[in-house]
Amino acid sequence: MAAVQEVVTEAPAIDAVPKRAMTLSAGTTLIMLALLLLVPLFVKNFIIFQLTMLLVYGLAVLALNILTGGSGQFSLGQSAFYAVGAYTSAILIENAGMNYALTLPVAGFVCFLFGFLFGLPALRLSGVYLALATFALATAMPQILKLGYFEAWTGGVQGLVVTKPDTPDIVQTVLAWFHLKMSQDMWFYYFALAVTIAIYILSVNLLRSRSGRAFMAIRDNEIAASAMGVDVALYKTLAFGVSAAITGIAGGLGAIAVQFVAPDGYTITLAISLFLGMVVGGVGWLPGSIVGSAFIIFVPNIAEGISKGLSGAVFGVILFIVIFLVPHGARQVAMVAQHLLGRLKKR
Amino acid sequence: MLSKHKLLIAAIAAGTVGLASTGSALAQKKYDTGAIDTEIKIGNIMPYSGPASAYGVIGKTEAAYFNKINAEGGINGRKINFISYDDSYSPPKAVEQARKLVESDEVLLIFNSLGTPSNSAIEKYMNAKKVPQLFVATGATKWDEPKQFPWTMGWQPSYQSEARIYAKYLIKNKPDAKIGVLYQNDDFGKDYLKGLKDGLGAKSSMIVAEEGYETSEPTIDGHIVKLKAAGADVFISITTPKFAAQAIKKLAEMNWTPLHIVSNVSSSVGGVLKPAGFENSQGILSANYGKDAADPQWNSDPGMKKFLEFLTKYYPDANKLDGSVVYGYGAAQTMVKVLQMCGDDLTRANVMKQAASLKNFAPDTLLPGITINTSPTDYAPIKQLRMERFKGEKWELFGDIISSELTN
Repeated sequence: MAAVQEVVTEAPAIDAVPKRAMTLSAGTTLIMLALLLLVPLFVKNFIIFQLTMLLVYGLAVLALNILTGGSGQFSLGQSAFYAVGAYTSAILIENAGMNYALTLPVAGFVCFLFGFLFGLPALRLSGVYLALATFALATAMPQILKLGYFEAWTGGVQGLVVTKPDTPDIVQTVLAWFHLKMSQDMWFYYFALAVTIAIYILSVNLLRSRSGRAFMAIRDNEIAASAMGVDVALYKTLAFGVSAAITGIAGGLGAIAVQFVAPDGYTITLAISLFLGMVVGGVGWLPGSIVGSAFIIFVPNIAEGISKGLSGAVFGVILFIVIFLVPHGARQVAMVAQHLLGRLKKR
Repeated sequence: MLSKHKLLIAAIAAGTVGLASTGSALAQKKYDTGAIDTEIKIGNIMPYSGPASAYGVIGKTEAAYFNKINAEGGINGRKINFISYDDSYSPPKAVEQARKLVESDEVLLIFNSLGTPSNSAIEKYMNAKKVPQLFVATGATKWDEPKQFPWTMGWQPSYQSEARIYAKYLIKNKPDAKIGVLYQNDDFGKDYLKGLKDGLGAKSSMIVAEEGYETSEPTIDGHIVKLKAAGADVFISITTPKFAAQAIKKLAEMNWTPLHIVSNVSSSVGGVLKPAGFENSQGILSANYGKDAADPQWNSDPGMKKFLEFLTKYYPDANKLDGSVVYGYGAAQTMVKVLQMCGDDLTRANVMKQAASLKNFAPDTLLPGITINTSPTDYAPIKQLRMERFKGEKWELFGDIISSELTN
């Protein structure tokens, strides 16, 4: 058993990512931020909704990135955490009448506990074995949500409809002075953007902190890390907890944006999509999360536009090309671009 | 002189009438987003990929049917532009696609979007936007709520109402039955089970055992053994086709011969009974509202002849034995009927008004005697069924047409 595990952990699927390379330069960050702030002002509500989903899935991919890129643990069970977060928010909003913004920290906390507890048994597993264990979690979740015992809260198989939050009166009055109006969609987009930016900053700081270094030490070499005094068990479960918490908040935001939760929305397909988003965005590169999220939202639509009957096959081909040409995903593209820009500057 | 005078008056009168009629014709042309003089845009959401992709055939059949209508000159001179998107049976994706159809493609209405979870997810949005969500492809009971959701309407008989028919039949013909129920543990199965219990009412103790199964289970044998062990002499199979066929085979293997009732979704001759073996399927009961293309008794039926002609000309790759093809044809025909009734007033409000005033409309594929009727307070287009018994290689209808309205 030990020999098998060693073989598995020895083949590093994740390249060590230097700390500095985990973020973007200040200039690029500002451009991204300006784009995210300004684009919604000029597009239709439907596209604003898509952008909101971009942020939501971006957060979920980011969470997986912390877990896999940071601490080196695989998870195919992110859809389960996402579902728990979505249901927590939905139930609190609809059954307890709680304000939507307040439900997000609760969703995050519930998922943190859930992830932390799941991390305990997962400690004994690594590599593909861990991936399988989390896979089981993802397959089980939709059925658990359907259970009769919880039906009074979860709405069982029928799911729950969530009310969309209105633009707050204060914002409306301020905008009214300038003869402007803000739609519900736009308000919620900016709300989601604020949450996303906050979590992004926290995540970057987390990975740069002592805990982040501990995560990466475990990822690079568990034995060396424990020899240096890193509490491997604690940090591994902690990584699970943090990742689950962020995924849960993303789930809560997603539930409010979509205005509906049902067990069938959180199947293993979602977990695989998130995993895919992480790989396409670049494992361990946090800004890549948004690129990965864009990939899982827009590429299926493009594939469907090319051929309705073969949309799955077209999607597969596109994915194959991407992985073949840029195996490190968006990170690689960004690195090459930065390198070229650097050369231009020198001239 | 007099005659000349008269002529003049007549001419003026004719002119005025002429003017008046052209005037009123111009005034009658009313449009909402999605309809113009030459085109009507209809949106649709189908699971072309994912776990329910077998149903994608419905969308393809509908597209083919609208092609036929367009080739024949369209509806009142307007061509149908049918825009159908894939949601992979995922509610969040359905919301995205519905918003794309309404806000980006600007369709007049969304027609026959498939799946209870997907339609539940978009129902509130569609009603807030006041865009018709017409003839949704799901048998859930909740689509008949015109007061709360005036812009959403179902099409097929609801699962609950079908289950009530079985309950009625059992109370009348086998009052001492011991019922064993096998149901799929999702919205479809639960809805049926509720209908069955409501239908049995005070006699719901007739159910001696109920077993739920998940679609991910490879086999349902264990559940059937348990139902037999519970002493059931009536076996109600609330299953989707794959599991219905498995159950029929298992019963034969065990030499268990209870009164076997199969839900309408799994009553397809080509899809269920043939694979399960005709010899194992004798005497099975079900209820139906549509004709089965695999059933030879409809070979000379004029409606089915029209259906088969349509398939050879516009959708030759279709499998005519697939119940989904028959379904899509009937639903598309209902849609066309409503648009014809709308005339030149193609506003969303009028579309709903016309959809809610269908009287005795019979698409080619419905059983003789079963018709579509709606009213502003009745948003359940098909609510009649007939019981049928499997004999030889086909279904034999028996008994009267039963209306399955929930009011009793």
